[in-house]
Amino acid sequence: MIYDHSRKGRRATAQAPLEKPELTGIPAEMVRTSRPNLPEISEMQAVRHFTRLSQKNFSIDTHFYPLGSCTMKYNPRACNTLASLPGLLSRHPLAPDTHSQGFMACLHDLQEILKHVTGMHAVSLSPAAGAQGEFAGVAMIRAYHDARGDDQRSEILVPDAAHGTNPASAVMCGYKTREIPTGADGDIDVEALREALGPQTAGIMLTNPSTVGVFERRIKEIASMVHEAGGLLYYDGANLNAILGKVRPGDMGFDVIHMNLHKTFSTPHGGGGPGAGPVGVSERLEPYLPVPMVDYDGQEYRWLSEKDRPDTIGRLSAFAGNAGVLLRAYVYARLLGREGMHRVSEFSTLNANYLLKRLMEAGFDAAYPERRASHEFILTLKKQARDLDVNTMDFAKRMLDYGVHAPTTYFPLLVPECLLIEPTESEAKEELDQFVEIMRTIKQEAENQPELVKQAPHTMPVKRLDDVRAARELDLAYKAED
Amino acid sequence: MPFIPHTEDDIQEMLATIGVESIDDLFDEIPTELRCGELQEIPPGLPEMEVASLMQSRARTDGEPLCFIGAGAYDHHIPAAVWELTTRGEFYTAYTPYQAEASQGTLQLLYEFQSMMTGLTAMDVSNASLYDGASALAEAVLMAVRGNRKSKSKRILLPANLHPHYRRVARSIVRNQKIELVEVAYDKSTGQVDMADLEKHAGEDYAALVIPQPNFFGVLEQTDLLTDWAHQNGMLAIAVVNPLAMSLLKPAGEWGEQGADICCGEGQPLGAPLASGGPYFGFLCCTDKLVRQMPGRIIGKTVDMDGKPGYALTLQAREQHIRRSKATSNICTNQGLMVTAATIHMAIMGAEGLQRVAATSHANTQKLSQALSSLPGVEPLFSGAVFHEQVMKLPIETATALGMLASDNVLGGFNLQDDYPELGDAVLVCATELRSDDDIENYRGKLEQVIQSQAQTPSQ
Repeated sequence: MIYDHSRKGRRATAQAPLEKPELTGIPAEMVRTSRPNLPEISEMQAVRHFTRLSQKNFSIDTHFYPLGSCTMKYNPRACNTLASLPGLLSRHPLAPDTHSQGFMACLHDLQEILKHVTGMHAVSLSPAAGAQGEFAGVAMIRAYHDARGDDQRSEILVPDAAHGTNPASAVMCGYKTREIPTGADGDIDVEALREALGPQTAGIMLTNPSTVGVFERRIKEIASMVHEAGGLLYYDGANLNAILGKVRPGDMGFDVIHMNLHKTFSTPHGGGGPGAGPVGVSERLEPYLPVPMVDYDGQEYRWLSEKDRPDTIGRLSAFAGNAGVLLRAYVYARLLGREGMHRVSEFSTLNANYLLKRLMEAGFDAAYPERRASHEFILTLKKQARDLDVNTMDFAKRMLDYGVHAPTTYFPLLVPECLLIEPTESEAKEELDQFVEIMRTIKQEAENQPELVKQAPHTMPVKRLDDVRAARELDLAYKAED
Repeated sequence: MPFIPHTEDDIQEMLATIGVESIDDLFDEIPTELRCGELQEIPPGLPEMEVASLMQSRARTDGEPLCFIGAGAYDHHIPAAVWELTTRGEFYTAYTPYQAEASQGTLQLLYEFQSMMTGLTAMDVSNASLYDGASALAEAVLMAVRGNRKSKSKRILLPANLHPHYRRVARSIVRNQKIELVEVAYDKSTGQVDMADLEKHAGEDYAALVIPQPNFFGVLEQTDLLTDWAHQNGMLAIAVVNPLAMSLLKPAGEWGEQGADICCGEGQPLGAPLASGGPYFGFLCCTDKLVRQMPGRIIGKTVDMDGKPGYALTLQAREQHIRRSKATSNICTNQGLMVTAATIHMAIMGAEGLQRVAATSHANTQKLSQALSSLPGVEPLFSGAVFHEQVMKLPIETATALGMLASDNVLGGFNLQDDYPELGDAVLVCATELRSDDDIENYRGKLEQVIQSQAQTPSQ
């Protein structure tokens, strides 16, 4: 704990102004009398402490990290370096357009690239993460129906396999949600969808390829059905990596989409963000896009705000969203170019299908063995859990001992004992082969020494943690009297 | 092939294992008529050196003007160690700590962040961040509506002297849930919340009163009075604060008899560069009583199987990945990396360092205000005490003045005309600890020239 290094009166002297001016003009009753409880340490102690903390993490830079649905691919260092050039880093968000042309040119270029790669009519970059993009998308669906006086539409449909953010975002926009089941082949149950559609349907939120890792083959038919019922289609871009440059959400019939730039466009995941969740729309939703946006008249770039776009759903962050993340994504897009974008989906799909095939050969069960994997796939360890009493969580924890970050576990909820595995295009074949060997070894351990697996991990800084205690005896902050 | 390691041999072996002829065969479940072509509109790929040259030229285009704009984003010194450490791959390229045992670095750091934020605000608990200050306010509003057991109201009192962008963001985010944000006027002379206007709402049912400290005009509010007023009227008190100011000003947890119930704000002054507005991070703290209404990730300290201390995501039953449509918020990915920077920043600066930065920024803004006031027709518009920003009245049109200053590479402040036309020609200025006496004199001199040049222009 950082506070353990704290000694009264110690500080990193080089970092603060030499003087502490007297406060003049601030009434005494407004001034703080208690000392803020922050650690008092030297600069080197801080550097050592946080360096050591960093070493307790798995990360893409240090480990294979096949966390399904999160697209943990290589984050090129150039993206960070070039987004952090002094002129870009020091630009104030409210700087006048005269001092913003370079920055705005990058954003405008990115808007255009994202528009073309998704086949949408227009793009706004402002949402700060995928979930905020979802919120923006559903809010636009609502604004569209409201503008037409079509106000009996109270329901958003979501597949039972959807990310939790989908129903949560719909509720934040004032909608009720209704779940649509997934069929045995992994596609959405089209008959159930047909029954659920009606005059109360505002729209449907779909991920394609879906969260079970397969392409929704009847998407055109689904789009027609939803449109005929007067609803709109929302595309959750979580799995865009699988189809980049191959098929575009706009061509599938989607009215609104969000993209996760921290997934498909390789901006860093940062231990949980920041992300960026730009939204793209078809022509009829264009007036509602969130502001600000960047406009270009062939000569100059300028911001579009509420004044220019009176029907906008509004502003979602104080300034222009996660600008630095957008710049990183822009650099990545320029490094890849159009041919690089095709390769993203090609090689992520090649890696996933190869790994799936090899794991099946090693005796693991695929959740959808008859289907092609997209950029990710699901194994179910139902058999192992039943026969050996070693479950998915145990496998996941044992993987950590072998130096691999566990895939996503127990999601989607409809597949029992599942592992959602996404290797991404940046992993080499030998890394995938190594993963197969690790899975094979753990399976043998589960058969011969189940306790070894059930007690794992053994080599991490801590063993399995007491989550129940964490929630019951809440300790959420260090207190001085501790 | 940028960032793809496959050799031709690898590809052939892998295809053979799968049992297909070509990579394209792997896409055979996608209906052919949906497949897109070559995407000619997207530019071809460039090597890193060419992208670097492009970005360098764009960055140069924007210059590095002398900046006196604050208005929600502040130019502070960031110790070199902060971003050297933050961009270590182990922090930069990890994700949400779902596998706790392999993420103790991030988890402990987030626990330390929560500890430091509660230390700074004197609140009981903190979450592990939201997107930015404005969206944090929106979440605080939603939280207050859920969490105020005494009130059935979906109305919130929001002062007009709160950042105009924050008010707009809050409205965009909460309006579809039929939550109403009712505006409270500000006092035209002090710049503080107008107590007489506030009093008109006494006895009515509102879920919460929002209290900024400082407010958008840089003016300090009577937070004790406002907090007690909210509580007396059955409302929660939502503090919207500058976290740096909290090191020096009475913290939200100590306001009035009981302290604020929720405290949120923009974390940017704690180690995030200006960077065109983001990524920054929103913070959200509250009392113990409200912790189950919190949105976002929360880290708890616990023990492992051997009784050794460790850290884990906790109270996840509030969150979308568990509760889906019943979650406290849809937020998933937050601003983890910015929080990493902020935690390191606070650890290095300490209370003393932050107080020095805050006090120096306050002093520099006073110097700036005095220097500009030496010019004819320029003076502070409000009488209320300020932290590190001040509204200055100008004798000439604000847009003209700021435009001319900008062409001379000085960003002279934020034009209040659009958001507060009733103030006439007025500009919100800020001088952090980084603005030197020479910078201030530079601004004063250039504004003097601008005013003189305008005085010589015959009025129309």
